[in-house]
Amino acid sequence: MQDYESSLGNASSRKFETFSYLPALTPEQIRAQIEYIVSKGWNPGIEHTEPEHANGHYWYMWKLPLFGETDVDVILKEVEACHTAHPDNHVRLLGFDNFAQSAGASMVIYRGETV
Amino acid sequence: MAKTYDAGVKEYRETYWMPDYTPKDTDILACFKVTPQDGVPREEIAAAVAAESSTGTWTTVWTDLLTDLDYYKGRAYAIEDVPGDDTCFYAFVAYPIDLFEEGSVVNVMTSLVGNVFGFKALRALRLEDIRFPIAYVMTCNGPPQGIQLERDILNKYGRPMLGCTIKPKLGLSAKNYGRACYEGLRGGLDFTKDDENVNSQPFMRWRARFDFVMEAIHKAEAETGERKGHYLNVTAATSDEMMKRAEYAKEIGAPIIMHDYITGGWSANTQLAQWCQDNGLLLHIHRAMHAVLDRNPHHGIHFRVLAKILRLSGGDHLHSGTVVGKLEGDREATLGWIDIMRDSFIKEDRSRGIFFDQDWGAMPGVFPVASGGIHVWHMPALVNIFGDDSVLQFGGGTLGHPWGNAAGAAANRVAVEACVEARNTGRELEKEGKDILTAAAKHSPELAAAMETWKEIKFEFDTVDKIDAAHK
Repeated sequence: MQDYESSLGNASSRKFETFSYLPALTPEQIRAQIEYIVSKGWNPGIEHTEPEHANGHYWYMWKLPLFGETDVDVILKEVEACHTAHPDNHVRLLGFDNFAQSAGASMVIYRGETV
Repeated sequence: MAKTYDAGVKEYRETYWMPDYTPKDTDILACFKVTPQDGVPREEIAAAVAAESSTGTWTTVWTDLLTDLDYYKGRAYAIEDVPGDDTCFYAFVAYPIDLFEEGSVVNVMTSLVGNVFGFKALRALRLEDIRFPIAYVMTCNGPPQGIQLERDILNKYGRPMLGCTIKPKLGLSAKNYGRACYEGLRGGLDFTKDDENVNSQPFMRWRARFDFVMEAIHKAEAETGERKGHYLNVTAATSDEMMKRAEYAKEIGAPIIMHDYITGGWSANTQLAQWCQDNGLLLHIHRAMHAVLDRNPHHGIHFRVLAKILRLSGGDHLHSGTVVGKLEGDREATLGWIDIMRDSFIKEDRSRGIFFDQDWGAMPGVFPVASGGIHVWHMPALVNIFGDDSVLQFGGGTLGHPWGNAAGAAANRVAVEACVEARNTGRELEKEGKDILTAAAKHSPELAAAMETWKEIKFEFDTVDKIDAAHK
């Protein structure tokens, strides 16, 4: 029997949706997820936020979505650039499916310190 | 030239059997599986079904001549063998769209599965499929929010959502019930759910339940930073009472409510769905009583028809069967009707039991809900079968965890995320499921304990209602 450690007072209890119950993705895993987004024909997009404001629908958009970009290295570089500019923020990568008008994928790549 | 009145009983096929008829794009089409009494010709019985489900009665009446009966009548236009079963045949009937009130599945079904099902010349009758023309679809309100908007409201992308039905089904007090919800939600579930027979019994009146559950939602949201919901069941004895409960759910900020659309009735459901759309609430639909109608392969209404009825009447989630759990559901047929719930256009495909092309136009889709006897070992198959646009609901598979609901919820959340992560990288979930879960469990003691608890449970009974396939 083990206690489930989660509380209002413990900031590490805060999650941020898909893949946040797994350990942080490794560089190889991140690359594979980007390849998945590209293979689906989705438009990659990068967003970031201060962890204390992660609840809202709108995070800050990093530039514009990378419409039509299929080069995994280019997409990775932009994610890194966003992280370098905002090292304390959550940085998430989305795959915008313009036919479904929804994100087909969304995952936090760089995890800021939760509050 | 005007007709003359000739009283008496005519053979149905003289009027209602029209093998040369080409259905119009605006016709409502139906496919019935007909099991006739011995010695009745197929054409006569197909025509009788068309007549009894549209304009006809058993004898000619003089008032027939006051209208253009040849326009308003249903037309039996084709007959086909049922593969693998010589006791019955398929009859295809076309109905002119004018026969049905706009936006009323109640009216359509009152005709199509009305008196005709008790007709003496039939041994059994089953409505296999209906093609609703886009012209009729556009008169219906449909899902209150739809798949895309629900994802945006709840901020959940790129994975199936997770739910849990609170057990025991009956008998908990409101406060204890809210505790069970809170524990599941803080562990990582997106939703918890009222069981279908939880309405407003003496042990837990609806209003107390709503209040305690909302506190559970608020605290779990603050604790996890994620959006949560609980399907507050507003199914009630009268639609006035149903609306009263829905209004209160809105007042306290509940994101989603729930209705049982067959026992509660399609009138009430359509009313509630319209109200949900006007008031910004999501609507979860349970299907109690469906198996009474859809399980017998020779008599009743196929579930793919009931699924179409719900999409037209309105709901954002609909229970669809699991394929792998404790409840009946053929895999190919299930894949067929979950497409019917979600897609914009579904092609005729007899291998999945789909008899007609179905065009939904811009009508939003409904999330299929897989629920009933599933646990963490089923996760790889469920993610593979249902894909991201689904709600996977583990009742016993959450609450039965040896360390409690929060741990059970976390186990399922880790498992679903591990499966999605693996699928996205091209791994085959149903082959590699054990490796994927075992690797994920290294970082999650909750998942490891769940895998240990449920490793032996399987539900391997043959399906009663299968796709009709040749046997010789």
